[in-house]
Amino acid sequence: MLRLEQRQQPSKLMLYLTPVLAVLTTMAVGGLLFVALGIAPGRAIYLLFIDPFVDSYNLSQLFVKASPLILIAMGLSIGFRAGVWNIGAEGQFIMGALAGGAVGLALWGMTGWWILPLMAVAAALGGALWGLIPALLKIRFNASEILVSLMLVYVAENFLAQMVQGVLRAPDGMGFPESRNLGRNEPTALPDVFPALGINAGGVTMLVLLALAFFLLQKHALGFQIKLTGDSPRAARFAGVKPGVIIALCLGVSGAAAGLAGLFELTGAAGKLTIDFPLGYGFTAIIVAFLGRLNPVGILLAGVVLAGTYIGGENAQFMLKLPAAAVTVFQGMMLFFLLGFEILINYRVKRLRRAV
Amino acid sequence: MKFTKTLAAAAAMGLALSGSAYADADPVKAGFIYVGPIGDLGWTWTHDQGRLAVEAEYGDRVETSYVESVPEGADAERVMSQMARSGVDIIFTTSFGYMDPTINVAAEFPDVAFAHATGYKRAENVATYSARFYEGRYVIGQIAGAMTETNKIGYIASFPIPEVVRGINSAYLAAKSVNPDVEFKVVWVYTWFDPGKEADAANALIEQGVDVIMQHTDSPAAMTIAEEKGVYAFGQASDMSAFGPNAQLTAILDNWGPYYIDRVGAIMDGTWESTDVWDGIGAGMVGIAPFSDKIPADVQALATETIAAIASGELHPFTGPINKQDGTVWLADGEVADDGTLAGLNFYVEGIDGELPN
Repeated sequence: MLRLEQRQQPSKLMLYLTPVLAVLTTMAVGGLLFVALGIAPGRAIYLLFIDPFVDSYNLSQLFVKASPLILIAMGLSIGFRAGVWNIGAEGQFIMGALAGGAVGLALWGMTGWWILPLMAVAAALGGALWGLIPALLKIRFNASEILVSLMLVYVAENFLAQMVQGVLRAPDGMGFPESRNLGRNEPTALPDVFPALGINAGGVTMLVLLALAFFLLQKHALGFQIKLTGDSPRAARFAGVKPGVIIALCLGVSGAAAGLAGLFELTGAAGKLTIDFPLGYGFTAIIVAFLGRLNPVGILLAGVVLAGTYIGGENAQFMLKLPAAAVTVFQGMMLFFLLGFEILINYRVKRLRRAV
Repeated sequence: MKFTKTLAAAAAMGLALSGSAYADADPVKAGFIYVGPIGDLGWTWTHDQGRLAVEAEYGDRVETSYVESVPEGADAERVMSQMARSGVDIIFTTSFGYMDPTINVAAEFPDVAFAHATGYKRAENVATYSARFYEGRYVIGQIAGAMTETNKIGYIASFPIPEVVRGINSAYLAAKSVNPDVEFKVVWVYTWFDPGKEADAANALIEQGVDVIMQHTDSPAAMTIAEEKGVYAFGQASDMSAFGPNAQLTAILDNWGPYYIDRVGAIMDGTWESTDVWDGIGAGMVGIAPFSDKIPADVQALATETIAAIASGELHPFTGPINKQDGTVWLADGEVADDGTLAGLNFYVEGIDGELPN
């Protein structure tokens, strides 16, 4: 029999090393997977983990993928630290894009520098309000925010489908369910800032917000209260922290971040609202948040690594005939090893001898 | 490996400049971009069958590659760019949502040919292709009209776009032509592929007294339900009789192989140019699966006749007199709908109940 026993003093160093270890183990086990699939493991690992960060075209796509993941993960990490589990970032992402996109479409034909910022405000509000629904239900009725936020993803998806069939549909699109192209319309298109890495105005906003989150969590009293609520809710209550405020704040902030990510995706990479607009960033961001140890710097690195595996995975598909599912298996493996190592760092495995 | 390839490319370039036919020794590379997984047994699967047909046809003279489950939008653009950069000669982009990405990427790679399925935007190096599925719908509509005993036919529809509306109208006109009392019940599920929703829709239709089900969604879920409940259904995109050996009357088959073989061949002999292909039963792009023996001989004979008439061009499913749902005239007696109107079709024909979602 085996038993897990809590370690008195988990190694700090190992705690920081776990993401690196998880990536390395994923490479090793992934290599075995490739051998089983009859694919040269060295080349596959190169394409998945190295090529995305050295090839200039791949680099120009890196933050196109990484920015939304990092922005959403940053918002989620604040809640996760407080023990507020927002699983519905995907829905908030959609509602943000819808709210911001609707503003952009309503102002179609107008010009002005203020249009894009106004759309961003609408998107953040849209995402935040969608995030506040589970917060209110949690505060008022103690409904599980995990279930409510997740279920609201499906509501948002269907709402999006309804909107692009209806009021937001492009008048000159021959009846196809999609909006006008906001990415090809000067006043609503997100400008590029650093195209060599795929960083546009949304990417810059993401980096600024990330720095703010770092400050909030490390230096501000609110960051301390959030962490305290997560570590010890009882102690937090004695310290005068109002749990309802923390819940609303966490879900509102993570909703706003996801909503902004949705708008940046819409006005940058995607261009228009379609039924297939959401790509699952809201769910993948959960992996990013944990891979980054809920730490802003870690999330930045984790987002970049995961974005790399997406880009490398596409290339590996047509260069090596790697099945698409193998890439998903890879991402899953990374989270699995990360969580596994974390347990082994916090706990030791003890063999139990049966008493005779 | 990479070095030898570079050498070969350099040599090829040199020879090409000197006017030799060296290109013959170099296989033509064809790339495919799929919106779903190749194992979906529906849309993407049929395109991949087409890719395999190209390989079978040309053997060593062709090299194919594909990327599956590519989201429409920025990801599609990146995958297309990467493929073009890797030196493919032609890229088939097999979903409507790839339309703008295809046009954008094609502008950057003028030496690569692109073919986009089901779209309407073309360029010097962007061709489009689609199938006249409404011809197949006419055939199964006729069979459905003859087979129903409750006079209620259920239709699981995906999105209210011209492609789907065309199918409903065509099937209804055909059913009505053999059974004036027929009634269509349309359920919109707003998805191309969601076995759960498709099954729910099938159940709801059967509860309303429907005894024949048609679908414009990709999964075999409705077929499975039809088999369970003892009603009839039609396979979509591929033969689904494995899921409903008693339920399936026949199936509309998507057959992309001939088009892909033809286009890759055109690249080989240097005759490729941007074309707009919209083929149907006649050219073999749309096929009809073998009839179930549940269909009486006279109905089978009628359907076979219809298939032949459509193939020869003698019968066009949209031939007047046809009124719009509101009773106004769409096509006068003997008038045939033009492709432009069909491509943007956004209304029901007279006799279909219910409102087209807008």
